[in-house]
Amino acid sequence: MTDFLISIWEWLHEYVQYTIYSGVKALIILLPLFIVVAYYTYAERKVIGYMQIRKGPNRVGPKGLFQPFADMFKLMFKEIIIPTNSNRYLFIIAPVITFAPAMAAWAVIPFTDTLVFSDINAGLLYILAMTSVGVYGVIIAGWASNSKYALLGAMRSAAQIVAYEIAMGFALVGVLMVGGSLNLGEIVGKQAGGWGEWFVIPLLPLFFVYLISGVAETNRAPFDVAEGESEIVAGFHVEYSGMTFAVFFLAEYANMILIAMLCSLLFFGGWMSPWPDLLADSIGWLFAKTAFFMLLFLWFRATFPRYRYDQIMRLGWKVLLPVTILWIAVEGVAIYFDVGLFV
Amino acid sequence: MIETVIFYVFAIATVVSACAVVTVKNPVHAVLFLVLTFFTSAIIWMTLEAEFLAISLVLVYVGAVMVLFIFVVMMLDINIARMREGFVRYLPLGLAVAFIMLLLMLNVVTSDVFVFDTGVEPVPKAAEYSNTKALGGVLYTDYVFAFEIAAVILLVAIIAAISLTMRKRPQTKYQSPSAQIKVRKSDRLRVVKMPSSEEQ
Repeated sequence: MTDFLISIWEWLHEYVQYTIYSGVKALIILLPLFIVVAYYTYAERKVIGYMQIRKGPNRVGPKGLFQPFADMFKLMFKEIIIPTNSNRYLFIIAPVITFAPAMAAWAVIPFTDTLVFSDINAGLLYILAMTSVGVYGVIIAGWASNSKYALLGAMRSAAQIVAYEIAMGFALVGVLMVGGSLNLGEIVGKQAGGWGEWFVIPLLPLFFVYLISGVAETNRAPFDVAEGESEIVAGFHVEYSGMTFAVFFLAEYANMILIAMLCSLLFFGGWMSPWPDLLADSIGWLFAKTAFFMLLFLWFRATFPRYRYDQIMRLGWKVLLPVTILWIAVEGVAIYFDVGLFV
Repeated sequence: MIETVIFYVFAIATVVSACAVVTVKNPVHAVLFLVLTFFTSAIIWMTLEAEFLAISLVLVYVGAVMVLFIFVVMMLDINIARMREGFVRYLPLGLAVAFIMLLLMLNVVTSDVFVFDTGVEPVPKAAEYSNTKALGGVLYTDYVFAFEIAAVILLVAIIAAISLTMRKRPQTKYQSPSAQIKVRKSDRLRVVKMPSSEEQ
């Protein structure tokens, strides 16, 4: 039997082999991601529930553990309603445009120094490009719905993402200045040798800028004006139902996990142990750090009221952007004069 | 072989979407086709191993410039019927411009540098060769003055654009966040003691 399978495999064309091999590798990353997304929604409801002295979902399965599957089946069997005067083609394609870059960005994320789907030199740049393309899904969804609320949500989202992407890009410029590379694996490699080597220490202001703009990029509270339910119902996805809505939802949560993972990779040493003499480096550290930042996203949502639109613009352009430019100048001078922490 | 297939697939997609930019009626669709054109050209650059340029094209043009474009186009209330008027009136001018463009392009295409047989095939670089580092090295050493001048010109353009569009109108109302933060409870709230029920 195995000989037969091997002979089939060898009979296949080289390109077909490569395609199958890459497809399987992609699935190994994406399937666990989907499961984490499903349980992230459960964790969100539980954590916020306990923060608000409620119990959260507790009916489906023991302690509500099967709730994500119940939600998934509900969304799968709901009718997809396409508004009469909407632009049908763009209306259907918008969730796909949001979803595809959110998944594609995972291609360059390293999990350990050897476990990475694609170890490209311009990894950091690729991540920035992919996260910036995701906004098209929001804009197209808002426009194609032919609805006032959806269009308002899309407008707000476009302005917000352009504003915060610049601060985010500059924060990453700071990382690549101390890291000396655009390759994510090499950036983590530079942070080896205990928590004192992590980039968060020399780049503390840039870390906060990155975290805040990361929350803003993913349209999460307190920056969720694009879907602020008390103002514009559900913003850009107000007309979406069933699976089309679920795809937006999935992309949003995958992006949150991506930002959390990037925070831990770029600023907190990724899979590096904080005390390498006592505990070994392992993928577990990366997951633990990512889980902490994922928790922060939920914590923010339970704590802060939504920003007003003009406050968001002010924070992005007049606070975060000057902070990053100033810190990059400080960093440049420090690297030139070989100041301890920055080399 | 596979590179050739990828090239032709994306080259055709680029040409088709570029033609669609100028032929589709709906301006939002035109902008989206322009986005597609940028994306497919980025992939063609990628096959040339120019990964820095390819990703920057997606990052800068698709991710930022075109978002602003689409933002403006979506806000405009364009009367498509009126835009289609006067086709015959502007036809001579259009034809003249098209003819000049054709001459210019023929001039480029028929020149000596633009030939199919370039002689030596460029050698692919090794995997550890960093496109970004090479480009940065050239930009900040050999061409540093040209690069800085371009940066200053862009800065001037930004300042000019802001100063042209920013005008203070007397009826515009602004909020001052620092003043809002400084407000204390006693500035806004006056607690008045009242009897709980009216006694006659």
